[in-house]
Amino acid sequence: MTVEELREVAEKEHARQEQYKHRVLYCSAAGCISCGADATRDAFKNSLKERGLEKEIEVLGTGCMGLCGQGPLVKVHSDDTLYERVDAAAAKRIVDEHVVKGTKVEENLVDTTVPFFSAQTKVVLENCGRINAESIEEYIAVGGYEALAKCLTELQPDEVIETVRKSGLRGRGGAGYPTGLKWGIVHKAKGDQKYLICNADEGDPGAFMDRSVLEGDPHRILEGMAIAGYAIGASQGFIYIRAEYPLAIERLKLAIKQAERMGLLGNRIFESQFNFRIDLRIGAGAFVCGEETALLRSIEGRRGRPRPRPPYPSERGLWGMPTLINNVETYANVAPIINKGSEWFASIGTPKSAGTKVFALAGNIRNTGLIEVPMGIPLRKIIFDIGGGTSSGTEFKAAQTGGPSGGCIPKESLDLPVDYESLATVGSIMGSGGMIVMDSTSNMVDVAKYFMEFCKDESCGKCIPCRVGTVHIHALLDKISKKQATTEDLALLEELCLTVMKTSLCGLGQSAPNPVRSTLKFFRSEYEGLLQKPLEFGPSSNGQGSDKHE
Amino acid sequence: MTDPSPSVPKSGHPSGDNRFKLLDRTITKHHGRGDALIEVLHAAQGIFGFLENDLLIYVAHALKLPPSTVYGVATFYHFFRLKPKGEHTFVLCMGTACYVKGAAGIQQTVEKHCGCKFGETTADNKISLIQARCVGSCGLAPVAVIDDNVAGKLTSETALKRIKEFQSTTVEVEA
Repeated sequence: MTVEELREVAEKEHARQEQYKHRVLYCSAAGCISCGADATRDAFKNSLKERGLEKEIEVLGTGCMGLCGQGPLVKVHSDDTLYERVDAAAAKRIVDEHVVKGTKVEENLVDTTVPFFSAQTKVVLENCGRINAESIEEYIAVGGYEALAKCLTELQPDEVIETVRKSGLRGRGGAGYPTGLKWGIVHKAKGDQKYLICNADEGDPGAFMDRSVLEGDPHRILEGMAIAGYAIGASQGFIYIRAEYPLAIERLKLAIKQAERMGLLGNRIFESQFNFRIDLRIGAGAFVCGEETALLRSIEGRRGRPRPRPPYPSERGLWGMPTLINNVETYANVAPIINKGSEWFASIGTPKSAGTKVFALAGNIRNTGLIEVPMGIPLRKIIFDIGGGTSSGTEFKAAQTGGPSGGCIPKESLDLPVDYESLATVGSIMGSGGMIVMDSTSNMVDVAKYFMEFCKDESCGKCIPCRVGTVHIHALLDKISKKQATTEDLALLEELCLTVMKTSLCGLGQSAPNPVRSTLKFFRSEYEGLLQKPLEFGPSSNGQGSDKHE
Repeated sequence: MTDPSPSVPKSGHPSGDNRFKLLDRTITKHHGRGDALIEVLHAAQGIFGFLENDLLIYVAHALKLPPSTVYGVATFYHFFRLKPKGEHTFVLCMGTACYVKGAAGIQQTVEKHCGCKFGETTADNKISLIQARCVGSCGLAPVAVIDDNVAGKLTSETALKRIKEFQSTTVEVEA
């Protein structure tokens, strides 16, 4: 494959698409498939066949269109009309009315001028819901693999790293380590063989961003990985993906095969000296494997147990070799940065947190789904403008970010800008992008208990603070929720949280107390309301008891 | 990639069970390397449905690993099952979104009805109740995956209805 051949493929694909009068896109991401997108597709195909239109109208499946709560979603591409809740009957109506007569079907129409759509900035998700996720040609037609071609034919590896560094891109897995810096370290590290890993072990409950990107635009990830491989000097990449995402696994396998066949992965890519191959590694359901040293163990076929750092994986990773580990969303940002330049990327978001962030909006919120917003956007805008407020109509109470490692953001902090540093100031983290909205019906002690039960089960058992501490924190929370605890128990809980946080070996244990600490900080009265009243004659905490006796 | 490939058994299993030949194919694909253990266990569970001790020992020999390592890995990861599954599976998602939207209530109702806890199989071996961390369909919370089909916006009533359907059908569903 040469650059000219790549452009030829793109032109051919453009010509193919122009043959059709309309292109009907249906969302074939996991959410819509669960609502019956397959039946919708069949209904479209059948009614087009009945009218003899199957040669003029193309029906194709795309990645996530965003509004997951209202599926199945369908888009008529020629005039960008979006329809929601399209069942078989609605599909037939759309063919009869829109495709044939050109009048839109009002009852299923989605208003795309509302803030849910207009307040978003799409970089990572720009192709999701626009192209057929199972066709490499369509990806190439929207400019795919151009960035890889540019890197291999025009740029030196350190120029690529410099571009990424200048863009201000930070790791989207949650911690926010500057990506360019990490690449530079692995680039300089000494080793005969270097490896590159894409962390797609999206373990946070309530997060499905990476899944949507992998299902909707798999080639974007492959391209980003290949560029990173060129920059750091690796010839082998792995995608570590969880077994719970069968559709994403299937699409990735297909994408790798297509890219290999076109010579976009393999040996001498774009006739350069660069060789790169990507293999999949399927996880087996262990939350701790999202931690990078545990992930390395798991790829080596062992139990996913973390080890102390340093040495960091960038010095000693897979089989002792320098290894670069980045998250799915991080790789998805690479190709646009190369194509459009680091200044363009740095202009989005805030000076310290550049670019956009994808969030999976769920819980008690009207518009559940996948959104992408510029960094630094106020939380209020996400919850009320994009999300449409709580689904029950009751008062917003808190938003939870970062899953079991994160914390709650109460309504007092609604004007907080959403970026790495600001979230840390209220005791939460950016996390990988799950955002769960809770209204006044949610019991915060219960939420903390829920997350602690998760951490307790998922603790790998290697270090004592995490293995034993999480069990006892959970027991204390259980005692509190059953109204059997005293003020001493609450004090013990706080002390224990601090111990587990400070002495655990890896990120799982260190961050496990976060949900408890943050709910204690903002909703302490809920905890205190569940405590047993101190005995009447005993010493009471506010000193009033002793006053009476004097 | 780094280690040289150890030899791979060619003969299959002494029991003559043909399914072992299928498994051998996966082992050969990975050149019998120990670091492919998780991949091989995935394949084994796909072929046999669950991982019994005999199968784990077979894998250990084929990959030249101590049986303790294989057992350790198989028990470490939630995805691997050491016991057979029931005829039907009911996987209830307990992700945050589902939890906030009332999955715990569904859990209690279902457990009460089936007379067993999540993580177990009903006494008549009909339904395995499984808890999932998050199936990633948070937009449809609460969600259950019932025999590989995702059922969204579940309530205690709809969940029970599906389970009762399983209990009433006897021979028909045999897939």
